Order: sequence, then structure tokens, then C-alpha cells
Amino acid sequence: MASAAAVLQSEWTKIRTVSSTTWTLISVFLATVVIGGVISAVSNSTFGDLSDVSQTTFDPTLTSFSGMVLGQLAMVVFGVLVVGSEYSSGMIRTSLAAVPRRATFLFSKIGVAGLLALVVGLITGFVAFFIGQALLGDHSTTIGEPGVLRAVIGSGLYMCLIALFSMGITVMLRSSMLSLGILMPFFFLVSNILAAVPKAKDVAHYFPDQAGQKLLQVVPDAANGGGGSYGPWGGFGIMCAWVVAALIGGYLVLRNRDA
Amino acid sequence: MIEVEGLTKRYGRKLAVDHLSFQVRPGVVTGFLGPNGAGKSTTMRMMLDLDNPTSGSVRINGQGYHDLPDPLKHIGALLEAKAMHGGRTAYNNLLCLAQSNRIPRRRVDEVLDMVGLTAVAKKKSKGFSLGMGQRLGIASALLGNPEILMFDEPVNGLDPEGIHWIRNLMKALAAEGRTIFVSSHLMSEMALTADHLIVIGQGRLLANTSMADFIHQNSRSYARLRSPQPEQLRDVLRDAGYAVTEAGGGALEIDGAETERLGELAAEHRIVLHELSAQRASLEEAFMQMTAESVEYHAHTGGEEPGGQLPPGGGWGPEQAPQQAQQPAWGQGWNQGGRDGRRDKEI
Repeated sequence: MASAAAVLQSEWTKIRTVSSTTWTLISVFLATVVIGGVISAVSNSTFGDLSDVSQTTFDPTLTSFSGMVLGQLAMVVFGVLVVGSEYSSGMIRTSLAAVPRRATFLFSKIGVAGLLALVVGLITGFVAFFIGQALLGDHSTTIGEPGVLRAVIGSGLYMCLIALFSMGITVMLRSSMLSLGILMPFFFLVSNILAAVPKAKDVAHYFPDQAGQKLLQVVPDAANGGGGSYGPWGGFGIMCAWVVAALIGGYLVLRNRDA
Repeated sequence: MIEVEGLTKRYGRKLAVDHLSFQVRPGVVTGFLGPNGAGKSTTMRMMLDLDNPTSGSVRINGQGYHDLPDPLKHIGALLEAKAMHGGRTAYNNLLCLAQSNRIPRRRVDEVLDMVGLTAVAKKKSKGFSLGMGQRLGIASALLGNPEILMFDEPVNGLDPEGIHWIRNLMKALAAEGRTIFVSSHLMSEMALTADHLIVIGQGRLLANTSMADFIHQNSRSYARLRSPQPEQLRDVLRDAGYAVTEAGGGALEIDGAETERLGELAAEHRIVLHELSAQRASLEEAFMQMTAESVEYHAHTGGEEPGGQLPPGGGWGPEQAPQQAQQPAWGQGWNQGGRDGRRDKEI
């Protein structure tokens, strides 16, 4: 059996030697920070136009994470390409011939990519938070306020889980194109639209992204926050369950199907 | 040593590999021959544990592939050219593989040098030609310095220089005592490289024999005659008890006959001969005959022979075989008559 440490090292080399890693992760950072900053600045200048209810439930932390709507899509691309490039190039057969233990292969790859996504997600979250708060001026909050640190760390966890979920789906579908074609519209449109439709939203609140975003929310009834009857960690748990299901599904496909 | 035991692969209702059992021994090049779609690649993928067999087993030096500690140190395989990430450099592609099997980094430089890719080591492999991709694949097979090497159609798409290089490489590796298992659909290619032959058709084992025995058993010898008096010659030969076959261009062919006796016979009857030569049918023909019933994709163009799907370069007539033309070798020269001779009517 190939040693897990050796396989981890190999997967790290794989990740750092392709340019898609760099550009997807830079996109995650820029999209989240820049858009979050712009929306924070706009919110600050138009704060007076908001209704009273919106003003009292204004969530400055969540506002500074507004850019994640797009940033998470770049994270989806990262997750999909890390796995999908094995399939599109035929590299998967070379890789599995070198590491025939499929669990070792898959979880080393996912572990390395997930850890990288977590680090980038945390850096992105903290930078987006501080820049957003600086631009929110009088309406900003501080990292010391109750629940704020949890939300900022939560944004990193959320990004990591999005990447892991995308990887699991891609192992199941064994194609970058197919995975992107399903995941991108789902996270960008379907999930958000359904979450706003009266009946559908009771279901949509249990979608991975809708549930996970609860972790980024500090004010429980924030106008731009999600619904659902669970708290931040409840939402995190729901998202984790989705990720675990996707990864188990991916593992079963990889184990049982011919490469 | 590779031991294949009762290996079977079924895709739905189609049996791709049907109870294959054979052994691949060290120190020789073993050719794995079969027409397109015979199940060669499927068998090789099952040997590497990439595809799950429906039943049967493969043992690599007595162990299952799954249980090899660092598999690349035991068995190296070239399955398809360009089974690498195109956005990664040749060096980094090999480095990933080396690290996963705890192979030292300097070995990457060594194998790149062995296959002649040192100059492009830092280039992304998506810009590689088919031949360079094939060399990179061979470098990855050699990475762990394994005792067993497996090549799936290694000469496909290579230029003559590359073909020559691979042939010599395989022979040299076998001479070092390694086990070399190489697949091909070209008998002519196998005749030049392999010492032992395993032939399959539609997933079934058709032959498992040494190359020398295969040649001995399967090369038909016959005499070829041409004369300006063909009718007379034919009658004379028939009266003498020979089964005469008419070949193209007014030539006659007689299986197994000795040219001395035929020459004397013609002289006795004062028949002028323009040609009297001993011929042997090519191995390619023997191979096609053997696999005729099992060829999956027949070409149905005007009286094409079985096995007609072989691509140009199939080494079947000199006019079609550039690689033979460049490398005069056995198989050449005496197969001119054979091609037409096969479908001739008995007279």
C-alpha cells in the first residue's frame, strides 16, 4: 500500500504545478473582497434610504461578505478542476496505477485541496471583513462583537465546504464540463431563486449553500440573510452533511467503476 | 512474472475478455497480439487493477496489484500516450508520480534523459507531439525501475526513428532480465520484437506459443511459376498430381512443392518458364487466418479479406508497409504473391 504521506506530497505537487489553481484561487479572493468592498461602501452611503426594519436588522458582517456570491463560484471552479483535470486528461489511469488504493488516492487529493481552500477562504474572509468594515464607516462592527469572529471564520469554512462539495460531485460525474454545468447555475441562480419563492424556500433552506451561509450571519433576522429554523452551527451541520454525502458518493463511484 | 488466471470481463451482454489464462515470463519480450477490439487494452487495464474483472485474477510477482507497496517499483505501464495533465510540465508530471511511490527526485531526471526529453523537461506536455507524448509515457513506466513493463501499442503514431528506438529499448530491457509485455495489432511489428506470442481474438486465447514455433507452424511455403504457355503448364502440373492455384498476373502457385521437381517437369515438356520461385506466406496472413472468425469490425469493401480493417502499415504487402520498407526484415519479399493468392479459385 502506498504510504499516505507520499501520496499527500504527490497531490500537493499536482495542485501547485498547474496554473488553474493560481487563477481560480486569486479569483476567489478578488471577487469576494472587491465586490464585498463595493457593496459595503454603497450600503454606507445609502443607509438612510433603508426602511426602519432594514436598519435595525442591518448585518454589517454579512454585508462585507456580499462578494462571496461570486467568490464561491470561483471556488466551485477550483474544486471541479482539481478533480476533473484527472478525467479530462486521462491522467486518472496513470494516477490510479501509481496509487491503486482508491480511498488513499481520493482522500489525499481532497484533503490537500480542501486544506488549501480553507486557508484561502480564511484569508479571503478576514480581508473582506476588515475592508468591508472600513468602508461601512459608522455602520460597521468590530471583530470583538458577539458572533462576529465566528462569522468571519465561518466564511472560510463555508468556502472550504463549497470546494469539497464540488470535488465530491465531480468525482461522481467524472467530468469537469458536466460538473461546472450543473454546479455553477445551481449556486448562482437556482438556489437563490428557490430560496425566494414562498413554498420552495422551505426546501431551499436546506440546500448546502443556503444552510452554510447561516454561519456568516451575525444578526439573526438580517434582511439579506437566509431563513430556516436552524442556527449558525445547525446550518453548518446541514452543509457538512451535504459534503459528506457528496464525498461518499464520489468515493463509491471511484471504487466501483472502471477507470 | 505476471500470472493471469481465468480473467473475464463482461460489459452488459458483451463478453470483452473470456476466461483468459496465461503467464508472462521474465527475460523475454512477450507480444500480446489481437485485432482491434479483441480485448487487449481491457486485459491490460485489468492487470493494473484499473478495471474490475467480472471474474478471474491477476498476480504480479505473486501478489495482487492492490497489495503492491509501491506499484511503480514493480510494474510500469504505458497505456495511452498523453495520459498526463497537459498544463503541467513533463518534469512535474513525472515528479507527481515519483513522489506518490517514494521514488527519489533524481530518478525523474534520469528517465527524462533515457527517453531523450531532457531538453523539453520544463515544457508543458500539452504541446508535445504524439511521439513525445509516447516517450513521456515510457519515461513514466520506467520511473520506478520496475522488473515488469507493460506497453499498450507503443509504436502507434511513431515515426520510423521512434519505432526503432522502442524496439531496441524493449529488447534491451528484456535482456536485463525484465518481464516485457507489449500489445500490438501488427504481426509484422511483433515478428521484429517479440520472443513469445499470446494471440487473442474476441477476448479468447487463440495461441500462446514461442515466436519461433509460431513462425514454423504458420508460414506456408509454396512455389510460384509464370509461363507464356500457362494452359499447357497447368495441364502438365495437374497431370503430375499437383493442386494448382491461379494467382494474379498469370502466375500459378503450388503449395509445398519443390522448385527443382517443377523445373524438371517444365523442361521435360519443353515449356518456357519466366519465373520459378520458392515463396513463403507472411505471418501477417497466418495471423489474419487465425483471427478471421474473431475479427469484430470487418471492412466490407469489395472482396476485402478478413482482417481488412488493419491500417496501412499493417505490413501486409510491401506497397502498404512503409515501416517494413524502411526496415527490411523477415516477412518482407516473400509475401508478394500471398495477398492475391489467398482468394484465388482452385482450378
